[in-house]
Amino acid sequence: MRAWLPYPLFSIALFLMWLLLNQSVAPGSIVVGVFLSALLGWVLVKLQPTRSRLHRLGLMGSLALAVAADIVRSNVAVAGIILRARGRPANTGFMSVDVDLENENALALLACILTATPGTAWLEYDRRRKSLLIHVLDIDNEDLWRRTVKRYAAGLKEILQ
Amino acid sequence: MIALAIVWSILLAQVMLALAMAFALYRMIKGPRAQDRILGLDTLYMNAMLMLLAFGVRTANSIYFETALIIALIGFVSSIAFAKFLMRGEVIE
Amino acid sequence: MSHLTDLPPWAAIAVCGLLLFGAAMTLIGSLGLLRLPSFYDRLHAPTIATSGGTILICLASMLCFAVLQSRWIFHELLIIFFITVTTPVTLMLLGQATLYRDRVENRQDVPRKPKPAAELDSE
Repeated sequence: MRAWLPYPLFSIALFLMWLLLNQSVAPGSIVVGVFLSALLGWVLVKLQPTRSRLHRLGLMGSLALAVAADIVRSNVAVAGIILRARGRPANTGFMSVDVDLENENALALLACILTATPGTAWLEYDRRRKSLLIHVLDIDNEDLWRRTVKRYAAGLKEILQ
Repeated sequence: MIALAIVWSILLAQVMLALAMAFALYRMIKGPRAQDRILGLDTLYMNAMLMLLAFGVRTANSIYFETALIIALIGFVSSIAFAKFLMRGEVIE
Repeated sequence: MSHLTDLPPWAAIAVCGLLLFGAAMTLIGSLGLLRLPSFYDRLHAPTIATSGGTILICLASMLCFAVLQSRWIFHELLIIFFITVTTPVTLMLLGQATLYRDRVENRQDVPRKPKPAAELDSE
């Protein structure tokens, strides 16, 4: 499999995207989709992304559920902060968290998760000190954010080693 | 009765989206700094895309979907280019 | 707008509810862009529009077309996918660029750049 398709997951995702764009499962679009996804898989080899293997798929599901729940909760909280913003300015601030992640893909995923959550925004990661600088809207719950970030980092570390 | 409710709720949704676009436009024009303008432009792109999707529901025409997809992609690329420009002063390195 | 009356009542109510709720989330996100005092605060606002507004409005559109044309069309999933993947990247880059600019201008209200490795060793 890997001899034919260097990045199987990437190629499958590309193939599905092609079918969705065409909105058909006609033989013609399937043939073009297979050809395109295989070709672009080989193009990706030239870009040399960091490879990592997925472990513990069950953990991945529970992490995704936790992220979705956190995003919904944070959406409601931030909406409340914005609607109240005129009365008193929101209590916002920067905080740094120690995160011990080496894998680039795990770091990228953590960045996307944190930024997609409305309450937190990723600013900078210092590789030497292994500390992450984020900006949070609700600095009063600093411990809560710290625990959340650490939980995500631990989960991602288990999944992508 | 239910037809009237549908018409009015779609109209209301579109008015809300238009208001959201106006807020983003205000932030884009007012600034005060370059990054605020880029953030406003990015939000404006996104709101325009949602507005097109609402038009798609209103007219049951799937051509709006294609436009929305293109706006989503172009908005992403332009915002990335602007952010890159802010950081380094040039787009292509 | 004759086609919308062809929707069965449950679908019509669901489509309208999702659309209104999504539009309201988007409006709140843009209101945050207008109201919040500093740039770093405003950086949080558009994510409400993406994670809440886009998903809900895309779901409304999906449901509407699926019931009207009585076949399942999922191409709105592409928009959801693109938006949820691309918006964090944009905001992250924008945040980094702003931090860099603020540090170059020596503003006092942003955290300092951590010391380079050589100074770290000599501490």
